[in-house]
Amino acid sequence: MSTLEVSPADTQPGQVSPSIVNDFSIQVATVNGSGSQTANTVLMRALFQMGIPVSGKNMFPSNIAGLPTWFTIRASKHGYIGRRKEIDFLVAMNPETAREDVMKLDSGAAVVYDEPLKLNELRSDLHFYPVPFDKLVGPVCPEAKLRKLVRNMIYDGIVAQLLSIDMQEVRTALGKQFGKRKAKAAELNWGAAQAGFDYAAKTFAKTDPYRVERMHENAGKIIIDGNAACALGCLFAGVTVVTWYPITPSSTLVETLIGYMKRFRIDPETGKATYAIVQAEDELASIGMALGAGWAGARSMTATAGPGISLMSEFIGLGYYAEVPAVVFDVERVGPSTGLPTRTQQGDLLTTAILSHGDTKHPMFFPCSPEECFTMAIAAFDFAERFQTPVFVMTDLDLGMNNWTSDAFPYPEAPIDRGKVLTAEDLDRLGGFQRYKDVDGDGVGYRTLPGTHHPQGAYFTRGSGHNEKAQYTEREDDYIHNMDRLAHKFEAMRRYVPEPVVCVNPKARIGFVSCGTSDYAVRESCDQLKNEYAIEASYLRLKAYPFTGQLLDFIRHHDRVYVVDQNRDAQLLGLMRLELDVDLLAKLRSVRYYGGLPLDARTVTDEIVKQEGK
Amino acid sequence: MSTTLPPPPKKLNHIGLEVINYRGSKSTLCAGCGHNSISERLVECFYELGIDPYSVAKFSGIGCSSKSPAYFLGLASGFNGVHGRMPAIATGALLANRTVLGIGVSGDGDTASIGLGQFMHTVRRNIPMIYLIENNGVYGLTKGQFSATADLGSTQKGGAANDLPPFDCCALALKWGATFVARSFSGDKKQLQAILKTAIAHKGLSVIDVISPCVTFNDHEGSTKSYGYMKEHEEVLQELDFVPSFEDISVDLPEGESMNVQLHDGSHLRIRKLSRDFDPTDRFGALAALEAAEIRGEVLTGVLYVNTKKPDFLELLNLCDPPLATLPQSNVRPSKVVLDELMEELR
Repeated sequence: MSTLEVSPADTQPGQVSPSIVNDFSIQVATVNGSGSQTANTVLMRALFQMGIPVSGKNMFPSNIAGLPTWFTIRASKHGYIGRRKEIDFLVAMNPETAREDVMKLDSGAAVVYDEPLKLNELRSDLHFYPVPFDKLVGPVCPEAKLRKLVRNMIYDGIVAQLLSIDMQEVRTALGKQFGKRKAKAAELNWGAAQAGFDYAAKTFAKTDPYRVERMHENAGKIIIDGNAACALGCLFAGVTVVTWYPITPSSTLVETLIGYMKRFRIDPETGKATYAIVQAEDELASIGMALGAGWAGARSMTATAGPGISLMSEFIGLGYYAEVPAVVFDVERVGPSTGLPTRTQQGDLLTTAILSHGDTKHPMFFPCSPEECFTMAIAAFDFAERFQTPVFVMTDLDLGMNNWTSDAFPYPEAPIDRGKVLTAEDLDRLGGFQRYKDVDGDGVGYRTLPGTHHPQGAYFTRGSGHNEKAQYTEREDDYIHNMDRLAHKFEAMRRYVPEPVVCVNPKARIGFVSCGTSDYAVRESCDQLKNEYAIEASYLRLKAYPFTGQLLDFIRHHDRVYVVDQNRDAQLLGLMRLELDVDLLAKLRSVRYYGGLPLDARTVTDEIVKQEGK
Repeated sequence: MSTTLPPPPKKLNHIGLEVINYRGSKSTLCAGCGHNSISERLVECFYELGIDPYSVAKFSGIGCSSKSPAYFLGLASGFNGVHGRMPAIATGALLANRTVLGIGVSGDGDTASIGLGQFMHTVRRNIPMIYLIENNGVYGLTKGQFSATADLGSTQKGGAANDLPPFDCCALALKWGATFVARSFSGDKKQLQAILKTAIAHKGLSVIDVISPCVTFNDHEGSTKSYGYMKEHEEVLQELDFVPSFEDISVDLPEGESMNVQLHDGSHLRIRKLSRDFDPTDRFGALAALEAAEIRGEVLTGVLYVNTKKPDFLELLNLCDPPLATLPQSNVRPSKVVLDELMEELR
């Protein structure tokens, strides 16, 4: 483990080890529905408040209560916030999984556990801290029915004491978590955390090496999940019509947005809403409504996941062919079919790029962080109206549902772009228009909105064959002309999509290409490859499809380019196959992970080492 | 010296437009198709009521019926969507612009087969629009298969009988929330006009099921959606008279025989009862009447239900008055102060 300063295997349990500071991962294993989310969030937030780069990842079942769930918190002084495979500090609260959880640990890890589980009997190479949770919870929580929830806060106190987390930060985090209105609940939980802290202080002699020290890496930063960041982007994009159907992991995107819209988008003078949010009967209706609204001039959107994308297929073809703007957020989860609804994957890339029958192509944006969720959501609304087509913002469960530390979001400086819309005054001046005529050379025609008060204002939108004047046609030349213009429009998009982040290492023969949340693992892997194997690598992170010329240059510049995919079938690489010449394709290699957890650096590094023959 | 007579003065409606301004492109449907008669009625009604054609938006799904929005109101925007999903498109468009008068034209396959779900949810929401079903019981474009409104025992051209019971779209609309429900027959010019005009004036969802025979695939002996069958089995509920707001004729109606429904825009629907005792404000009564008529083998036509009080979906959403579509940036993008406030909350 190169990132460890000291190998834990060198120390014997019972001895005090040299410290490993701000560089470890904590895993809390609980049962879902037991209220552990609060305790885990408070723990993560306390580390955040101490200025330490931190990430939290919830691995939860598709279930309301009773199945195992794991929450992993990673503290990294190096700023690595991707998932780390290895667990250094386990809090074993779930009797169902405790045995397996302990057996999977690397030698030298620490285990806080519920005393009756007697986990210390399983192994002798770990640091064990038994805690009688049931005995401790009674005195701090007189109300028996709340004990199940408060019990978890005790481990926050235990962990805080063992890792030297400042208890005042735990208290602050609790206040933040519960807010002023639930001050009583916050106090109850604070009591439990204190009880845990006191118990650990008087009971345990610390033998594991892990602890934290205050840093200053989080000044000005926020904690937010990707779905909420997308929702904020929609709010500041000026979204007006939101139509959706609940589906994990996208539901909280719209639910958070509902909260924001109620707060900030009620006209103070009239008390009326400057938006409409409709929970549709299914995804066919949600995308249909979004397209109807986009056609009539609204900034419209929907949010969904893979199964919803499949259902939307027919309507997306209509949106493409009739040229109607809408923004679709796809928070990807593990497919196919129902798949693993609460696990993460980049599994919809290929389907979405060419969603629907016939020749279709759709622009996709790939945010990798909450900040990009925010900025790309705003950009997507402008893009959809500029190019009059459905635009997909592809996030995933890891980004959407986990809490991330992020820089504060920048206020959008550019005005909202409503694209090429003609008013009655414009029509007076122009004397008319042809809906699907490429006037400007970018393949995008001018449109009017229903209700335009002008004799030339109306046109008939259809998913059947149409000519430049939007008239029905089945003529061969009309059809080809129209399809070629649509292809030309797609080409024009390349000049407007968000550009990739390119980091060329002059010493590197190999390069990485990834998109979205693969970024964290790839960047960390670049460091691992350099430090452990002396392999230098360049890196290009895609922010959008269609691809730009930078991708081609990047591939030309390197001997081998590893395309990182969080899916079985190398879908990102597959997208490149649709577009790239054979000489460039010959340089591409694939790194894939598809187990449903967020991609980790070690998986990438091991695969590169294998393929590079080191 | 030649003398030319001045052309006869053009007939204009009260907003100064001719009937030609309400026409669409030439119909490509079969000669004698009921749908063409319905398009004609729509042209007349919008013209006679002096509706601004620019303010109308037409919606349809897929099928013969769904082609017809191209054949009326050429000055209005139109959207011919995908099969069975007209309601979603219409709902979205009306959310975006509540000032537009929406009319959706659908068929029996488009509504009751593939589109039943969206139809029912439109009914449940009471979307303020006209939902017109051109009902002929068969798929015309795919050459004569039964739809889900085909009556039990009705036969196809080749003789095969339908062995499943039909969905009655009026009964579904009545049960689940539409606020104006009527059935008519494409061959009944006067009744259909009064119903369409009422629908134009009504605020809320109007579901109008018009029996509209398919002359090519379903107008034969044994069909229950033929001109001949309707001639024998139509049971007209009332005599209808629509009085637009601008005519402002005050009438005294004989007590008990007739009722007068005042509509949202100040126009009136006068309903004179015919033979049976039927109250079009009684939802359960209307459902019972449909059941009874089905048992008797009759096709009830007329106004089945009208409710001018129930709030429509846009009211439930507390939507602002101006169209969402054209709200300026100052109304839809919160200030930097708001973003700063939100960022502070997340720290």
